[in-house]
Amino acid sequence: MAARKPKLAVWKFSSCDGCQLNLLDCEDELLAIADSIEIAEFLEATRAQVRGPYDVSLVEGSISNDHDAERLRKIRKQSKLVIAIGACATGGGIQALRNGRDVDEFVRTVYAHPEFIDTLATSTPITDHIPVDFELRGCPVSKYQLLEVVSALLAGRQPRVPRHSECLECKMRGTVCVMVARGQPCLGPVTQAGCGNLCPSVERGCYGCFGPKESPNTASLADRFLATGSQRRRVREMFQSFNAAAPAFAKEAERHEPR
Amino acid sequence: MVCAVNKHLDARLLDPAGADELVRALQRRGFSVIAPAIEDDIVVLREYGPADTLPRGYSDTQDGGSYRLTRTGDDRLFAYAAAPQGFKRVLWPPRQTLYESRRTADRLEILPVTEEPKKLALFAARACEIDAIAILDGVFDNGDFADPGYWARRRDAFVVLVECGRSGDTCFCASMGTGPAREAGFDIALTEIFGNGPHRLLARAGSERGAEVLAEIAGRPATAGDADDRNRMLAEVAAAQARRMPADVAAILAANPEHARWNAVAERCLTCGNCTMVCPTCFCSTTEDSSSLDMSTATRARRWDSCFTIDYSYIHGGAVRASARSRYRQWISHKLSTWHEQFGRAGCVGCGRCITWCPVGIDIVEEANAIAASSA
Ligand code: SF4
Ligand code: SF4
Ligand code: SF4
Ligand code: SF4
Repeated sequence: MAARKPKLAVWKFSSCDGCQLNLLDCEDELLAIADSIEIAEFLEATRAQVRGPYDVSLVEGSISNDHDAERLRKIRKQSKLVIAIGACATGGGIQALRNGRDVDEFVRTVYAHPEFIDTLATSTPITDHIPVDFELRGCPVSKYQLLEVVSALLAGRQPRVPRHSECLECKMRGTVCVMVARGQPCLGPVTQAGCGNLCPSVERGCYGCFGPKESPNTASLADRFLATGSQRRRVREMFQSFNAAAPAFAKEAERHEPR
Repeated sequence: MVCAVNKHLDARLLDPAGADELVRALQRRGFSVIAPAIEDDIVVLREYGPADTLPRGYSDTQDGGSYRLTRTGDDRLFAYAAAPQGFKRVLWPPRQTLYESRRTADRLEILPVTEEPKKLALFAARACEIDAIAILDGVFDNGDFADPGYWARRRDAFVVLVECGRSGDTCFCASMGTGPAREAGFDIALTEIFGNGPHRLLARAGSERGAEVLAEIAGRPATAGDADDRNRMLAEVAAAQARRMPADVAAILAANPEHARWNAVAERCLTCGNCTMVCPTCFCSTTEDSSSLDMSTATRARRWDSCFTIDYSYIHGGAVRASARSRYRQWISHKLSTWHEQFGRAGCVGCGRCITWCPVGIDIVEEANAIAASSA
């Protein structure tokens, strides 16, 4: 092992902080390695700030104003590895619902002083702005995957974060398929595994928090939803949630826009 | 009473209650009995507990992408088709630790994980299921290597066959030659006869230990008439199957790697992998390493994998099967065609699970017949 401790920074952009909180939730595990890494920046946990460069930057949130886009590019320059964490950083987040809509109108409706608001018309994933070394999916990210990625980095091995469908998690756990046995729509067949099978294991269809799996066939799944009784508006809304700006989901939602 | 080996096929008749008695007799002999139970509106396989009885009066309706448990209104024991999850997950669990290693001050210790032999009883396995287990036996012992974990669970497994009195709606065992009747590969076989004389179970022993256990259960000798009832019923069950696999499917698939149907099915296939997960003969796995944060320990584990994932065919430079077309073709070609070269028979037993549990209802029999109908 290197004598110098690896420097870890955690950065936040447009987001709810939920992913960082999941990192805080790992405190027992992280305490065990407090001696082997240096937390250089992590505002949820400490006020101490250490100047770059950083070995690893975990980046949470999406880009929704020019200032953030610039800040992100600086972080990239100062970091050996950048890991985008969570649905905002990897798929635009719920705030990407504004993409393609009238943002000025939203601002006028929501804020008492719209003149103070400086925002872009879109919320876009970190991955649209800078190259990243790894994406950790989820809204929020899974504590176990987060720890897995950190331990893989420390050990210099590949993180064990498969890109296959959520269905495999169902079958390995022995969860009864809600689509087949209950006729409920479920995004699992087009969603990347990793959540730990949260929704199907309590008889709910997958909401797609972990974003598109590799080669997602959203059109075939959406056609099945329609054929089994889902309304077109509902199908559109299913693809317009936490990962609304992930290209595969955005494209599928677009296919169901009223014309 | 100990029967002579060549006599153990003498049939006996049991009352329906004899099925639960049989489970308890196996438990008394130290077996963990894995038996059907109803959980979450579905038939599951789980260890039969002290307060359990076998479910009665359940059946199911199945179709491509659809399964519903139904009530029969009577007290039949086995009117439902093969349980959605077969005994594969008992004999070949989804995750298995292979070894652990520990870093000490001066060296690396490898801690092998050895599985203690288990005494499992697989209760109410259907004919197709037992055929699937025979396939897995060959996969996990090819003569050169026998998988120790599989055989720790399999070697002493006591198998109770239940012959189907009703075909599931997606079953096609008859055209695969794997069911619904079966004459070997079990310790005890049960055939439920219902609606033709008294409700009864025809029980046959398939091994000496099967005969011993059966002798402990209250019953009476079966007559030639009972045997006729069984044969007639099983012939009707086979004839009722709407799906039929083409007899020459192996050659047809091998001759049609570029058939237009592959594109059509790829439009629908989600590459979700459900079909391979529920298939009782799909055995593919991958190995995964994990390490503790402080890097003091590491684990190597094996977990189920599927030829529908992109990582499955990943080699240096990229995935060999990037498209849904190539992945679907791999699956069905392996099951129905290349399996013959590898294992000397088809890898499909006609259980219909892959049809029922495909979220979009893709049907292996329909695909094979479509290609056969316009074969090159
Ligand atoms: S419940 Fe959803 S995620 Fe699970 S197997 Fe069914 S379709 Fe896939
Ligand atoms: S391929 Fe389908 S029908 Fe054949 S054994 Fe597998 S799951 Fe059953
Ligand atoms: S069909 Fe696919 S998952 Fe099943 S045994 Fe063959 S290669 Fe493996
Ligand atoms: S055939 Fe069906 S179950 Fe199999 S991968 Fe394709 S969509 Fe999934």
